[in-house]
Amino acid sequence: MSASASENRLRELLLRGLAGENAAYHQFLLELSGFLRAFLRGRLGRLPDEVEDLVQETLLAVHNQRHTYDASQPLTAWVYAIARYKMVDMLRRHAVRGALHDPLDDELAIFAAPDNDAGDARRDLAVLLAQLPDGQRLSIQHMKLEGRSVVEAARLTGMSESAVKVAVHRGLKKLALLIRSSS
Amino acid sequence: MKTDDLIGMLAGGAPAVETDSFRRRYVTALGWGTFGTLLLMTIWLGVRRDIAAAALLPMFWVKLAFPAALLAGALMAALRLSRPGVRLGSAPLAIAAPVLAMWLLAVAVLVGAAPEIRNQLVFGISWTVCPFYIATLSVPAFVAALWAMKGLAPTRPVLAGAASGLLAGALGALAYSLYCPEMAAPFLGIWYLLGMLIPAVVGGVLGPWLLRW
Repeated sequence: MSASASENRLRELLLRGLAGENAAYHQFLLELSGFLRAFLRGRLGRLPDEVEDLVQETLLAVHNQRHTYDASQPLTAWVYAIARYKMVDMLRRHAVRGALHDPLDDELAIFAAPDNDAGDARRDLAVLLAQLPDGQRLSIQHMKLEGRSVVEAARLTGMSESAVKVAVHRGLKKLALLIRSSS
Repeated sequence: MKTDDLIGMLAGGAPAVETDSFRRRYVTALGWGTFGTLLLMTIWLGVRRDIAAAALLPMFWVKLAFPAALLAGALMAALRLSRPGVRLGSAPLAIAAPVLAMWLLAVAVLVGAAPEIRNQLVFGISWTVCPFYIATLSVPAFVAALWAMKGLAPTRPVLAGAASGLLAGALGALAYSLYCPEMAAPFLGIWYLLGMLIPAVVGGVLGPWLLRW
């Protein structure tokens, strides 16, 4: 599939996902992860062990920041900017100087070709999830991992339904911060 | 955790995203920022007593238009810097244009003025306090603008912080112009601009620290 066909397909999946269609959103993240993996693998030649961690970190960032996507904007540019931001951030944390010298880099490279051969993540997000405060951790566990409804999650945690939703949202943002400070 | 499991977790039960959450965040920030800055101005300085007479002078409106135009340019830049992958486009031009216009006006005024009053046109009676007042008045708007930016996704944190700071500085200058008696273009082009640039520089310095995500 060409980059522009991928752009159209992924964009449509994301828009349906943003409208609340979970199956479309799941498919979007799945296909996106393949493109992110290929893109990052091509750029992190010197740090192959970091690829899967960075794929996960970027997926979490895409999810947490998904409200900043403007439907009139090319998805390619949006995803590329996020992936690049997370990659530069990671390289800076690892104090890798000169690792990102690619003046010819361009955003169209992001949807060039997928790579669905997932390596192992070195950092286990489950361990970081366990460090979240109880309310956030339990809300994520019930709603996101066990697939329960907000009503059930609220009953199990003793929190209100809106508090559960806020806790999930904040917990995932906190998770992104934990990733940054853990590496 | 495997990547596929993470994807399942992220997608599972993900609610629909409110389509206007981006716009609402900025409306809220601008509302509170303007309110806070005007409140500080009213409590601390007050409105100049001759405001009704001043409002009859064209230069009074030029003085308001200068920070208002910079506010528009800074807002344009901030909105674009809040979203990953959106180019700045004409935002730098929208910021530079009012500054250049004010400088041209200032040069014209200075050239046309008698040599002995040029000093007065540049320094007025309040050049030592003007930038400080504007920067201080911009503090509530500064907090609000950075709050808005923080909840979005700036990938260029220095520029994003600077645009937020300039936005706040322009609001501070707008509020201050209701108090300040200075009317000369050279004064506005130097000291007002300096006052607005202080929060912009502070924002640019703090951006990489405060706007991480």
